[in-house]
Amino acid sequence: MVSPRTAEAIKHVIEETERHGLLAIEGIRKEFPGVVALDNVQLRVRRGTVHALMGENGAGKSTLMKIIAGIYQPDAGEIRLRGELVTLKSPLDALEQGIAMIHQELALMNWMTVAENIWIRREPKNRFGLIDHGRMAEMTADLFARLRIKLDPRAQVSELTVAQKQMVEIARAVSYDSSILIMDEPTSALTDREVEGLFSIIRDLRERGIGIVYITHKMNELFEIADEFTVFRDGKYVGSHLSTDVNRDDIIRMMVGRDITDMFPKIECPIGEVILEVRNLTIPGVFHDISFSLRRGEILGLAGLVGSKRSNVAEAIFGVTPATSGEILVNGTAVTIGSPSAAMAQGFAFLTEDRKETGCFLSLNCLENIQSALITRSHVKGGFVDQSTVTKLAEDMARQLRVKTPNLYETVENLSGGNQQKLLIARWLLTKPRILILDEPTRGIDVGAKSEIHRLITGLAAEGVAVLMISSELPEVLGMSDRIVVMHEGRVSGVLDRADATQVKIMDLAAR
Amino acid sequence: MNTITQPVPQLQQTRRRVPPELTILLVLVGISLTFEILGWILQGQSFLGNTQRLSIMILQVSVIGIIAIGVTQVIISDGIDLSSGSIVGATAMIAMSLAQVGTFERALYPGLTDLPVIVPVLAGLLVGVVCGAINGLLIAYSRIPPFIATLGMMVTARGFAKWYTKGQPISFPTDSFAAIGKGLAPVLIFLIVAAIMHVVLRYTRYGKFTYAIGANKQAARVSGIDVERHTVKVYAVAGLLSALAGIVVASRGLTAQAGMGTSYELDAIAMAVIGGVSLSGGRGSILGTMIGMVIFGVIISGFTFLRLDAYYQEMLKGIIIVAAVVADVYRQRKRVKTA
Ligand SMILES: Nc1ncnc2c1ncn2[C@@H]1O[C@H](COP(=O)(O)OP(=O)(O)OP(=O)(O)O)[C@@H](O)[C@H]1O
Ligand SMILES: [Mg+2]
Repeated sequence: MVSPRTAEAIKHVIEETERHGLLAIEGIRKEFPGVVALDNVQLRVRRGTVHALMGENGAGKSTLMKIIAGIYQPDAGEIRLRGELVTLKSPLDALEQGIAMIHQELALMNWMTVAENIWIRREPKNRFGLIDHGRMAEMTADLFARLRIKLDPRAQVSELTVAQKQMVEIARAVSYDSSILIMDEPTSALTDREVEGLFSIIRDLRERGIGIVYITHKMNELFEIADEFTVFRDGKYVGSHLSTDVNRDDIIRMMVGRDITDMFPKIECPIGEVILEVRNLTIPGVFHDISFSLRRGEILGLAGLVGSKRSNVAEAIFGVTPATSGEILVNGTAVTIGSPSAAMAQGFAFLTEDRKETGCFLSLNCLENIQSALITRSHVKGGFVDQSTVTKLAEDMARQLRVKTPNLYETVENLSGGNQQKLLIARWLLTKPRILILDEPTRGIDVGAKSEIHRLITGLAAEGVAVLMISSELPEVLGMSDRIVVMHEGRVSGVLDRADATQVKIMDLAAR
Repeated sequence: MNTITQPVPQLQQTRRRVPPELTILLVLVGISLTFEILGWILQGQSFLGNTQRLSIMILQVSVIGIIAIGVTQVIISDGIDLSSGSIVGATAMIAMSLAQVGTFERALYPGLTDLPVIVPVLAGLLVGVVCGAINGLLIAYSRIPPFIATLGMMVTARGFAKWYTKGQPISFPTDSFAAIGKGLAPVLIFLIVAAIMHVVLRYTRYGKFTYAIGANKQAARVSGIDVERHTVKVYAVAGLLSALAGIVVASRGLTAQAGMGTSYELDAIAMAVIGGVSLSGGRGSILGTMIGMVIFGVIISGFTFLRLDAYYQEMLKGIIIVAAVVADVYRQRKRVKTA
């Protein structure tokens, strides 16, 4: 039996929750030196809904999420949880109030196991008060079974691929059994198959009354999973709607303030002679007998599921981890590429998949990040960098890609995820490669900039650059590629021409 | 769309790796055998066959080994501690000054002689914890690099040790204080400390937090770990173990001098690093450090055994430390490549 007073209190909480929703944010402002990241924004999340937060790169989405997760403190504004005003002083504080977050920049501890990463601070103990690793592995296995993730709980995180890491993050966030779950671009490294898996988890959580804030740059995800959405532009609140009330173009207009018509401006351009040929490339246990050729002016898509080892092939070609057998021919002559610098000497450029681990120099500024590849081969005289020319080139490229930063001397760590990605693209485009390898080039990039990057890639192809593009986004692969090589578990399972490639055919070959 | 029946793609199981300790153990075996063979060739006798030599060797490295245990957890948390040797000096002085016998007429504190052994021990340990905690507080809250903070403590603590008696040594401890470092007691103390720390690092939250902070500080923070508070604890424990080493050294030598423990910090770091503790944090184990410690001891006693000039010994020691780290880095790189 509940006492009348308790009943009264419960009724009060329910009323307040009804009125404000699960999470209500009002008038939040956050300033960083030189940037107003958030200016008087609001967000209202109801129980049992998926609320998408949309906006261009640098619009302030992650910043607001970090405020809700207790990582940043707002300069002004209020946060209400179930109607109650709260201050979230630290990540621990937020976790204890039932707010869990999947971070855009993966936040896992290398060298520790998957299970240790998930249960850190909440490890099960045995009767001697010591951590029970067996039990912890079991708990992880149970969690993975529930989420249908197939991953060894005892595997070391440092050995996982980006996609696998993302799944660990998802599992960890879910394991908190929180009432609010923030997902900051949880699918940026996942292929459609894993995304579907995640969506069924999300639907399940929604059913159980959890409020989910979902950030993505993939428009189709918005319509598939989100009930409501809020748009930010340049740190300001633009509006909120039910996702059934609007169409794709409305949202894009809200996000960028103008119309973007052509998402994939593919220009058919003349394709020249073969410039790169790969024959029977093999690293035993990783990938086997990879053969394909790439022509000048051609964009070759490399599709496959997570774990199909597409990135490993790219790394082998660029000399990061050279293949143990097989041949690489550039312009018809066999070459040995033992290191990235040897690859660059042959005119290769390689945009890696993991911008945090192998891409950005996070503690350096934008200019230093953009110029780092360029000045290994040119614009240096007698040991001195021809800085004025390089700076100008970098500025032009940054402007073309619409990198959002106060200036090029800003530390890259402070840039939004999508803007970091743009810097890396700028870095490689400046080297004027003959063969450009792109691993997930538009990961975390907003719609406007995405079509800009697609335009740039197509433009390069028109100038005769050969492009090898790995992408987990099928529309991107289909829209951009002249031919598509599909991989399955470390082997080429088929090659499709642009004319007869469809999503279904690719998925068939990818999944076998 | 119903996705419940849709299988998630099979992600391959990661291979079980050879524990890094095993390769370090092989290095130890290799080095020992080399000395054994050289021994027969150059000296006409066995290196390993002499148990007395081996027990002297273990005794020699045990004291620094105690420090290395503390340093191991500091390095795992992505820090460094340069102050250990000076803390040895400072605590040796303080502990000894409270452990003097009453029959010695020029005792430092004539009113404080013949105290029960617990007094000098606790006083010494307290000084160590305080020094370590100051290191930790500076590093965690004022965000100066560990290298600088502990360098400051290294100089300050040494200065304190010299100031304490204006450079005079302190001697004549009570029998019970002298017993701490007698015979093989230091080895026993080392083994107990190592066993405790092994369990702590592997099976307690303290250990997990230490690895987590070393692996990725930001990730540790967003997991709800109070990184600052834990950092203070880690350095305080390191200070505690340095103090313990200081007490053992003073007791064993029956005297305390301000210069005691000089350059112990570097030897302790070397032991940890030879034992596979990564200077970039997040990796390493007590077992590794213990093997590293024995390698260190074998090298020194091996060189002495071969009657190598002391100057050559030092040069070779330096080269071997670097070689061990190079080998470790190379092994890591190979592993990442094939992963
Ligand atoms: N710690 C920081 N210091 C300085 N500026 C910052 C910091 N964090 C974010 N900013 C700036 O605040 C703005 C908003 O960044 P935020 O990461 O919130 O963008 P976002 O909407 O998540 O973008 P994306 O889609 O690219 O992830 C950006 O201009 C960014 O440069
Ligand atoms: Mg973001």
